[in-house]
This record gives sequence, C-alpha cells and structure tokens, in this order.
Amino acid sequence: MIEVNELTKRYGGKTAVDQLSFAVRPGQVTGFLGPNGAGKTTTLRIILGLDAPTGGTATVSGVPFRSHSRGLRHVGALLDAGQVHGGRSAVAHLSAIARSNGIPLRRVDNVLQEVGLADVATRRIGGFSLGMKQRLGIATALLGDPPVLMFDEPVNGMDPEGVLWMRRLFRRLAAEGRTVFLSSHLMSEMENTADQLVVVGRGRLIAAESVRDFAARSTRLSVVVSTPRTAELAAVLTAAGASVEVEGAPDADKLAVTGLPADRIGALAFDNRILLNELTTRTASLEEAFMELTADSVEYLAGQPR
Amino acid sequence: MTTLTTVPPTTSAAPLAEPPAHFRDLLASEWIKIRSLRSTPWTLALTTLFVIGSAAVAALAENNTLKKMSPAARTDQGFMVFDAFPPAGYMTLMLVAGSIGALTVVSEYSSGLIRTTTMAVPARGTVVLAKTVVTAALWTAVGTVISTGGFLVSQAILNTNHAGVPLTHPGVFRALAASALLAPVCALIGLGFGALIRHSAATVVTSVFTLLMLPPIFSQSAHWSAAVSHAMPVTAWKRLVQNWPPDPHSLAYSATVPGSWTVYALWPLIAVVLAVTAVRHRDV
Repeated sequence: MIEVNELTKRYGGKTAVDQLSFAVRPGQVTGFLGPNGAGKTTTLRIILGLDAPTGGTATVSGVPFRSHSRGLRHVGALLDAGQVHGGRSAVAHLSAIARSNGIPLRRVDNVLQEVGLADVATRRIGGFSLGMKQRLGIATALLGDPPVLMFDEPVNGMDPEGVLWMRRLFRRLAAEGRTVFLSSHLMSEMENTADQLVVVGRGRLIAAESVRDFAARSTRLSVVVSTPRTAELAAVLTAAGASVEVEGAPDADKLAVTGLPADRIGALAFDNRILLNELTTRTASLEEAFMELTADSVEYLAGQPR
Repeated sequence: MTTLTTVPPTTSAAPLAEPPAHFRDLLASEWIKIRSLRSTPWTLALTTLFVIGSAAVAALAENNTLKKMSPAARTDQGFMVFDAFPPAGYMTLMLVAGSIGALTVVSEYSSGLIRTTTMAVPARGTVVLAKTVVTAALWTAVGTVISTGGFLVSQAILNTNHAGVPLTHPGVFRALAASALLAPVCALIGLGFGALIRHSAATVVTSVFTLLMLPPIFSQSAHWSAAVSHAMPVTAWKRLVQNWPPDPHSLAYSATVPGSWTVYALWPLIAVVLAVTAVRHRDV
C-alpha cells in the first residue's frame, strides 16, 4: 500500500508536484501515467525517500520509507536502469546491494536466474544493452522479496519478448498480493498491464480509477457505419440528432457517428431502406482518453510556443 | 476529481521477518564495491611500487653522495628520513589516496548508483560511515605496506654504505606511523569533498588543490601564514617524519609534534562530519 497525501515538491520557482493525493493498493498493478515532465519520477523519488517533499506526505505500508534503516525488504524499486556502476559485474553489483541488507548471496543467483541474466552474471554492466540493464534493475528490486514494487518506465529499451515477460512478471507479482506501481508515458503499455490508473499532468492529479472507467471517460465513444449510400444515411442520422463525420478515406464509404447508439442507427437505416455493410461500436482506446485528458497539461509540446 | 486517500487499509503483505540491521553488513557491502572494481588492485599496486621505488631511487642517489665522503663522516649521518620517505613519492600517494577516496563517493553520484544504494539503505549517514571505515582501513593497510616497504628498501640500499638505520632507531617509528597514516587521512579528506561536491572533476581538483597546491602558498616566516601552513596535512607529515628538533635560532615558525598529530585527526574528522551532515540533508 502506497499512500500519497497532498504531496507538493517545488524546485526553485518550478512546481513539479502540486498537492498530489492518491493511494496504490496491493494485489493489483497500478499504472502511473502522465506526459513527460508531469512529475511522475519526482513523486516516485519522494515515495522512496530520495527527495524531501516541500509539503505533504508519502508513506509505504503506513510509514515513510526513509524511516527504515534497510529498505530492500520493504520496497523494491527500479527508477533508472542506468543507476549502476558500469565497471562492476552484475553479480558483484547485486552482491554489494544484497549484502547491505543482510540478504544471503544465493538470492543473487535466484534473481539473476529469474530475470534471465544468469549467463552474463560475471560480465561488466558497462557492456549491457538498455534492455539488459532494465532486467538487472528488476533483479535489484526483487532481491528483498518486498511487498511493494515500483518501476519507472520499465519497458524502455526492452525487446518484444522482454516486454511480454515483464508484463507477465508484473501480473504475477500483483497476483501474489504485492503492490505493483508502474510509471509510463505510454498509455498503450498500461492498457495491457494495469488494473488501476493514476494519471497526472503538470504535477496534478487528473484521474485515479480503474482502466475501464478511465477509457469510458472519453467523449469519443462512436459507432462506425459502412454503407454504399453515405450521404443519405448521414442526412438521416443528423436529422435524428447525431453528429456524423466521414471516417477514413473519403471513398471508403464509412461514417463515424457519435450521439446515437448502434441499435438506434440500425433501426433508422432499416426504416429508410439503407443497406449497411458494417455497424461497429468503437470504445475509445485508452490512448485517446489519455490524450484527451492530458491535452491541457502537456509540458513540452512540439512546434507550439507557449 | 477522485482521490483515493480514504480507502480502508487492505491487507498489505507485511515484510518477511527482517533480521536486525548490522553495521558490519554495510562494511561488507562497501568492501564488495571497492574490490569488485578492476581499477582498485591496479591503482593500489602501482602506487605502492611507485612510492617504494621513489625511496629506492632516493637511497641510491644518496649512496653516490656518501661514496664521496670520508668513512667517518659517513657513519655520522644518522637516520636519513627523506631517503626512506621521499616527499615526491608521498605527495603522489596523497594525490592518489585523495582522489580514490573522493571517487568512492563521487562515482556513486556520477553513475546514479547512489540512488540504488539509498533505496537499499535509507539510513544515508550510516552508508557514509561505512564508506569511511572501509576507506580508512584499506588505506591504512596500503599506507603501512608502503611506509614499511619504503623504509626497509631504502635502508637496505644505504646499508651497502653502512649508512642505514634499524627499525628501532629513534624517530623511525613515528616517521613510519605518520607516513602510513598520511594515506587514510588524505583518502578521508577526499571522501568528504566528494560528498560535499558530488561532481567528479570538481572534487578531484579541489582535493588535489587543497592537499598539495595550497600548502606551499603559505610561508613559514609570518605567524599567521605559518599557522595556516601548519594546519595542512602535508606540513604535519613533514614535521612528524622529521626526527630532529627544529632549529631554535631559525626565524621561521615551526610546527609542533602534538599539533601535527592534531592536524592528522581533525581534517578527516571534520571531513566525515560534514559529509554525513550534507548527505543526510540533501536530496539524493
């Protein structure tokens, strides 16, 4: 259980996190989403006691993480896969960290096996690819068998096989009753992994709810209709109060209809003897809901002076 | 906007039986970090060879001078300290120990490893203390090998001219101890700078400047200037190695032996206290 309450962090005049409150519960994978610069990493750093908040509190299992003298058995975290010394081997790196928490060294072999780095255990980390470093970071997080796990952008640099493996790992960790908190700026990743979402933009909370509820927020729920007689159908539907747009290429004979449910559209077409080739209700993708909700809070927008 | 702060606490898996936190675990961890870097054994071996070699070179040069002396004058030389402990060799030792001491902390900041370390051990001050103990122990061992080795090699060479002294000679032990401890003193000063500055190049430059470049700026002739000079580790080392009393008729101010030992104790102590304080209060 991670609880963040009225958390604020200012660096000089810039507010990175602004009165942020949310909770991350055990037994689920919770996605932490926001555009670049939304304050995700800062929030994770404060939860992990690396940065002191300007205001508010962050606790893990009811206490501030910094109050522990050793951390690995309480929280396992991967903030940045680059946070290793390239001159050491994977096994030496993990041994030093395990030893500091009194974790037996056979656990190092176990986690290396688990993340698939057993074969390169004695190679220098400096020669690892980003994906391998991500795996090493996950191995570090797993060392203490902790009840709470936090990962910042874990799929960066992973190959498709690695992404699948990681997704299964997160689901399994959650199924074991652990709290799993993943940050990402890619909604599509969360769609496949997370149960719950915490969405932030410019340091403020935008949403904290289930993935399904979040997707339903989008106003872009629409029905796609395909018919040879697009102009006629568009006129009928508009008369019935829907808004109609041409979908896809202009000659594709497809319309995107919002404001009317599919059964109503089907009935109207039938009444007017218009042939339908396709009638599909399209739930907005998470990506669209995300883009829509964070549109006002994108920190770095290409091509537009702010 | 929904906040979930009021959810009732769910059964969050409590951490498994946690063994008590031992300081010796942190020492073991820091020792793994030091010995697992390939550069460590190389640097230590080369430094040891260089300093002992510089003592050998100084003794060989002395031998040439001695050969030109009468046999009576030769035996009258007593303990030729700066053959056993040549300043050029020991300044190199200061440079290396100060830099490596700094890097034990700075390399964690420059690589970001410090965040991984801090997540594993949220008690940051204790980590600095563990680094302090391991660094001090390592460099005391290296310093002892270097000072003893340099002494024995130089005296063996001088003995070919019957000009060497045994370990039991007056003043030898203090010189050996001061030379052995110079390395950990400098390493801990470097470590302190590392924790305060956290930037590789800036830390190494500051350490080297403070330990080696700054002291010669202060002369021995004005009182205040001499006082500053005597507060420097390199001046303290020279005074402790020197086994003759200062010339009472000299116009220069001279450092005292107890004062020099105090300098040896205070520099690392202040460095470590500042390091612990800074690390505990700053964001990682």
